[in-house]
Amino acid sequence: MSEKFKVGPSPHILGARSTSSIMWDVVISLIPVSLVAILYFGISAVTILITSTLTAMILEALVLYKSLKPAYIIGDGSAAVTGLLVGLILPPSAPIWLVMIASATAILLAKHAFGGIGNNIFNPALVARAVVFMAWASFMTRWHAPLELGNWFTTFTDVTTSATPLGGAEHTLLDTFIGNIGGSLGETSALAILLGGIYLYLKGHIDWRIPGGYIGTAAIFALVTNQFSWETMIFQLTAGGLLFAAVFMATDMVTSPTTKRGRIIFGIGCGFITMFIRQFASAPEGVTYAVLFMNALVPLIDRYTVPRTFGEVKH
Amino acid sequence: MIYLKTTFPGGIHPAYNKDLTADKPIVDMPLPKQVRLLFRQHIGAPCKPLVAKGDEVSVGQKIADTDAFVAAPIIASVSGKVTAVDQEAVTIETDAESSAYQGEPKEYGSPEELRQLIREAGIVGLGGATFPTHVKLSPPEGKEVETLILNGAECEPFLTTDHRVMVEKGEELIQGIKLLMYACGAESAIIGIEDNKPDAIENLTQLTQDIDNIRVAAVPVVYPQGGERQLINSLTGREVPVGGLPLDVGIVVSNVATAVAVHQAINLGQPLIDRVVTVSGRGIDQPANVRVRMGTSIADLVEFCGGMTEDAAKVVNGGPMMGKAVSDIDVPVTKGTSGILVFTEPEVRIYEEKTCIRCARCVDACPQRLMPNYLALYVRKAMYDDAEKIHLFNCIECGCCSYVCPARIPLAHYMQVGKNEINSRRRK
Repeated sequence: MSEKFKVGPSPHILGARSTSSIMWDVVISLIPVSLVAILYFGISAVTILITSTLTAMILEALVLYKSLKPAYIIGDGSAAVTGLLVGLILPPSAPIWLVMIASATAILLAKHAFGGIGNNIFNPALVARAVVFMAWASFMTRWHAPLELGNWFTTFTDVTTSATPLGGAEHTLLDTFIGNIGGSLGETSALAILLGGIYLYLKGHIDWRIPGGYIGTAAIFALVTNQFSWETMIFQLTAGGLLFAAVFMATDMVTSPTTKRGRIIFGIGCGFITMFIRQFASAPEGVTYAVLFMNALVPLIDRYTVPRTFGEVKH
Repeated sequence: MIYLKTTFPGGIHPAYNKDLTADKPIVDMPLPKQVRLLFRQHIGAPCKPLVAKGDEVSVGQKIADTDAFVAAPIIASVSGKVTAVDQEAVTIETDAESSAYQGEPKEYGSPEELRQLIREAGIVGLGGATFPTHVKLSPPEGKEVETLILNGAECEPFLTTDHRVMVEKGEELIQGIKLLMYACGAESAIIGIEDNKPDAIENLTQLTQDIDNIRVAAVPVVYPQGGERQLINSLTGREVPVGGLPLDVGIVVSNVATAVAVHQAINLGQPLIDRVVTVSGRGIDQPANVRVRMGTSIADLVEFCGGMTEDAAKVVNGGPMMGKAVSDIDVPVTKGTSGILVFTEPEVRIYEEKTCIRCARCVDACPQRLMPNYLALYVRKAMYDDAEKIHLFNCIECGCCSYVCPARIPLAHYMQVGKNEINSRRRK
């Protein structure tokens, strides 16, 4: 019998999940925060998110395939994730040109200059935020209180600026939970962030160790430095971008460790540095630099946390 | 009967598809017109022929052997005339009339004599690894065997040969266990069975009720529960040291079919002339568990099972996780052939390898707690020293890493390539 059979290396059955399906799952997990952003910040949120996401997807298609075919723009979903994250960490009054520059920085500088998917050391969305924050600080620190429900077509150049809770604005704990506070688009609602996080956890895309280490360390730091006040601790956890970063940024697979122990160390480091910057440095927000700093340490962390292999006798 | 929990790290839960053949009793295939017995059917040195073209041989006769210690002889599985002897094999044209085997029980005194008889019967591990059994049962100086473990896990999807053997040949299995225990000096035996085989567990539990030193232990279904290091860990909590053997922790592991073969060889005088093969998959017309003479062509075996379906596209020798895809089915069944699986066109997907996204699913799935992501990277970049440093050689090539990788990187394959490359560099 000389029929032609297909051959290939074992295993001959594979699990179902692909890189694309993981990426689109992350996009789905960002829907709650995106909806809250649109709810509280109206038309500006819509334009920012669409611009940031599309800019990222189009630039990646051009860089990878030199083509604008829809299949390439959709790609494997990773550009969509990066683009959406970039939009979610910008303030609602960010001008469109700023949004496009941020997206371009994330995709071109932070991702493809390093070698494309899987090869970047730093979280692309956070690199974009760091760059834009330095170059156009005035645009990046202009915060606004959420719109009154219904006033969705108000743009923010008309409304006066106000402070965020970290900057001293009035708010209740419930406000921080549901998102009725100022801040960047994605970081206002703790509830929406947690919903996204639970979805990712149930799908098996994030390891509890990173957000656990991050939030746990931040909580302990807050307690210890504030005479064990629980209200202050909860405030510190829900204000600013800490929860958003712990769930969506620090957990980025490419830029976090691959060992279990490494992930705990990474989470703790992010939490500690975030709180340290908040408490003792002049910047109001420590998340961006904390995660970027820990990103740089990932190869070292992986090297020193190689697990004890089965049957290894450690001396 | 005790129920134990899995303690080894990682593992996967693939679709098992055992229902295709799990309830099908073993059927005997009619004698083939000819058999082709390979010289290389075991780990160790290949055998050299003892017969020549034109010779008449009888079933059960030794037709190839070697002096090397780690080897087992090849036994004629049918009576007939030798029609060819080439580099790889002896081909025998079957004389159906005289190929039924009749034997006498064998006498033995010391464990060493028993081990010699096991060797002469040509018995090797029938779980697929084909390690010569008499060598496995000979502990070197200074090492003692405490426990004999019988591997009835059968963790690969589709395969049900061990399952049927445990259900239908339970008494023979117990007899085989007693022989094995005497041969290696073990004081007790545990039969480890995955709990997706309740009928086998029940049958063997009943048969061992009144035997103090043979126990049945049910373990959870997870691949690769049947990997020897993993099974030892699940059943006893011990970890075989890196680079070591189960003997280092006082254990010998034997497949259940091997134990039955030992019983047949000693108590019935029948050497290893046949084995049970699961022929399964959606590309086979009538999946079955077939007892087939060694050396039968796979093509004949497939035909016995109704032939392949129109859309058959891939044939695998062994299980889907570790078996080898074959390009030509005019090859014989050997001592290590536990299954022949036929996959259909829609089931066979060739994936393009993408970039690693460092999701670490492979690290989480590895039952040896390795880091396949870095190992494959090092192999690809020819950084072999770095690969060895993170224990490349502790890989059991189970395929869990490749199975879970979303980027469809053939990680297990990279491990094999890396090991081969390092070994061939060493040999230079």
